[in-house]
Amino acid sequence: MIFYVLRRLLFLPIALFGVSLLIFAMIGLLSPYQRLATFINSPERLKSENVDKLISQYGLDDPIFVQYLRWLKNVFQGNLGWSYVGKGPVFEVILERFPYTLELTIFSVIPIIFLGVSLGVISALHHNKLLDHVLRIFAVVGWSFPDFVFGLIILMVFYSTLGLFPPGNLSVWAETIVKSQAFRHITGMLTFDSLLNGRLDIFWDALRHLLGPVLTLTYVEFAFILRITRSSMLEVLQKDYVRTARAKGLEEKVVINKHARRNALIPVATVSGQTVVGLLAGTVIVETIFNRTGLGSFMALAAQQLDYASIMGGTLFFGFILILGNLCVDLSYAFIDPRVRLE
Amino acid sequence: MLGFVLLLFFLAIALGAPYIAPPKSARDPYMMPIVTWSANPLPPSPEHPFGVAGKRDIFYGVIWGTRTAFRIGIVVTVASTLIGLAVGSVAGYFGKLVDEILMRITDIFMAIPFLVAAMVLTTILGAGLDKVIIALIVFSWMYSARLVRGNILQVKEEQFVMAAKALGVNDFMIILRHVLPNSIFPVLIQASMRMGSLVITAAALSFLGIGAPQGYADWGALLNYARNWMLGGQGEALRYWYMTVFPGLAMVLFVLAWNLVGDALRDIFDPRLRM
Repeated sequence: MIFYVLRRLLFLPIALFGVSLLIFAMIGLLSPYQRLATFINSPERLKSENVDKLISQYGLDDPIFVQYLRWLKNVFQGNLGWSYVGKGPVFEVILERFPYTLELTIFSVIPIIFLGVSLGVISALHHNKLLDHVLRIFAVVGWSFPDFVFGLIILMVFYSTLGLFPPGNLSVWAETIVKSQAFRHITGMLTFDSLLNGRLDIFWDALRHLLGPVLTLTYVEFAFILRITRSSMLEVLQKDYVRTARAKGLEEKVVINKHARRNALIPVATVSGQTVVGLLAGTVIVETIFNRTGLGSFMALAAQQLDYASIMGGTLFFGFILILGNLCVDLSYAFIDPRVRLE
Repeated sequence: MLGFVLLLFFLAIALGAPYIAPPKSARDPYMMPIVTWSANPLPPSPEHPFGVAGKRDIFYGVIWGTRTAFRIGIVVTVASTLIGLAVGSVAGYFGKLVDEILMRITDIFMAIPFLVAAMVLTTILGAGLDKVIIALIVFSWMYSARLVRGNILQVKEEQFVMAAKALGVNDFMIILRHVLPNSIFPVLIQASMRMGSLVITAAALSFLGIGAPQGYADWGALLNYARNWMLGGQGEALRYWYMTVFPGLAMVLFVLAWNLVGDALRDIFDPRLRM
């Protein structure tokens, strides 16, 4: 186990280094003029100074590896440039917005896994019967739904017609309170902060605003978990130990819950981890449609406005999160299933 | 079955586009013609069966958008699968250091979320459909590379490969004639399953306004017109249902078709998973 963990940890810096190279290579496709924009924090400076002089001042015409090392040094110092979209240093803007995205992910992953697993088990137990077919069709349709189509339909039906699931992060009145001095920001996540501040009304408001995006992500993502649970469950149900359990006269409920489901959930655990990591990054569209503040909508906005500093900083951050997240998933998998460690 | 029928239906629409929705002028038929000067959407009418959005006929956009979807899907899938085949077979066949290096590179490309990566590269290359296609290819070859490598590691141990080696056949021929044909089916299945998600991602880029140019016949771009109108309160949005429903339905059915075809292929080639 120790060796497995060490081996994985050893690869961590290599992976991070690789990602930084890849991102820098993409930056390299930009002309020096476009790259200069990431250093300038007010348009007035471009008017008053000579652009070519600025380029050599920032060393944008240096050899590429010199530029890479300088960029890397800046990254280590948390200096990712000036965000035009976020109106602040990129790193600060990212840190401020990330909790919103994390919050959405946490609230989405619960129904996704719960629905995926429970419907997957039901589907497997009704193998090839009507219920199984209905659930599978329900799942494959959800799987085929682009999140922006489903999100627009949710907005059209629930928000515009029924007045439910409002877009945004908070209502105006709640936002005024949250932005006031009296409201303490601890986690940066609205639901948790409001609870810690003892404001149930704000908690409820934040939750109401989360429902639309959560519903969208749930329907689009749960199908994958359902599919894995179903096939894993079907496989386990044919195992000898399940037959033994039945043969010794155990109640069917005990056989399913204790003997079959527990073993069937091992592959589901890895896939769930991947889903969490994927969700963190997959909020770009949902946050944009529901007008939410977050890292995803920040990236979309930066891409639309060609704000290169924000795009690069955000990508680096996403890469960082994804690598760390996948590492956690792998390590926890080795913990759940000892066979992995031997590889 | 349903998947193949749907796919044939879309294929017929794509091929028959010039007859179903004849272009008004001799200019680029992929540009949706402007039919009105008012910015407000118009509901379906005999003249515009799916309504008008962003001054453009939705019916025309949906029909010609089918071609766009096919083009993006097929070009990206074929190109990324070929790159994946090359990388994966080299890594799997030669093993050791070559394998280690190639697989670490693969990991690095996978470390950036697909949509974000495609978004970034598209903006850097400058928006446009060809840029979208390039960006999607650059960030989607890894999946087939991994699959091919895994399969080749298995096939490599088979006796017919050993026999070919003993006979002195060169490495390239062994990969091409003996190893690949025996590991190609899973790759094809995966490719057809990936088609759906690729088309979704391309449309997502257009939806965000960084993919297809203004007025290009693309389902994602059509849905982009709908976005602001869906936020109206008190039943406002329901009046504009046609803006979301028609392009949305086309997308869902198209992706569904590919997913069902992928499922069917998998059941045929790998009956163990059906159960």
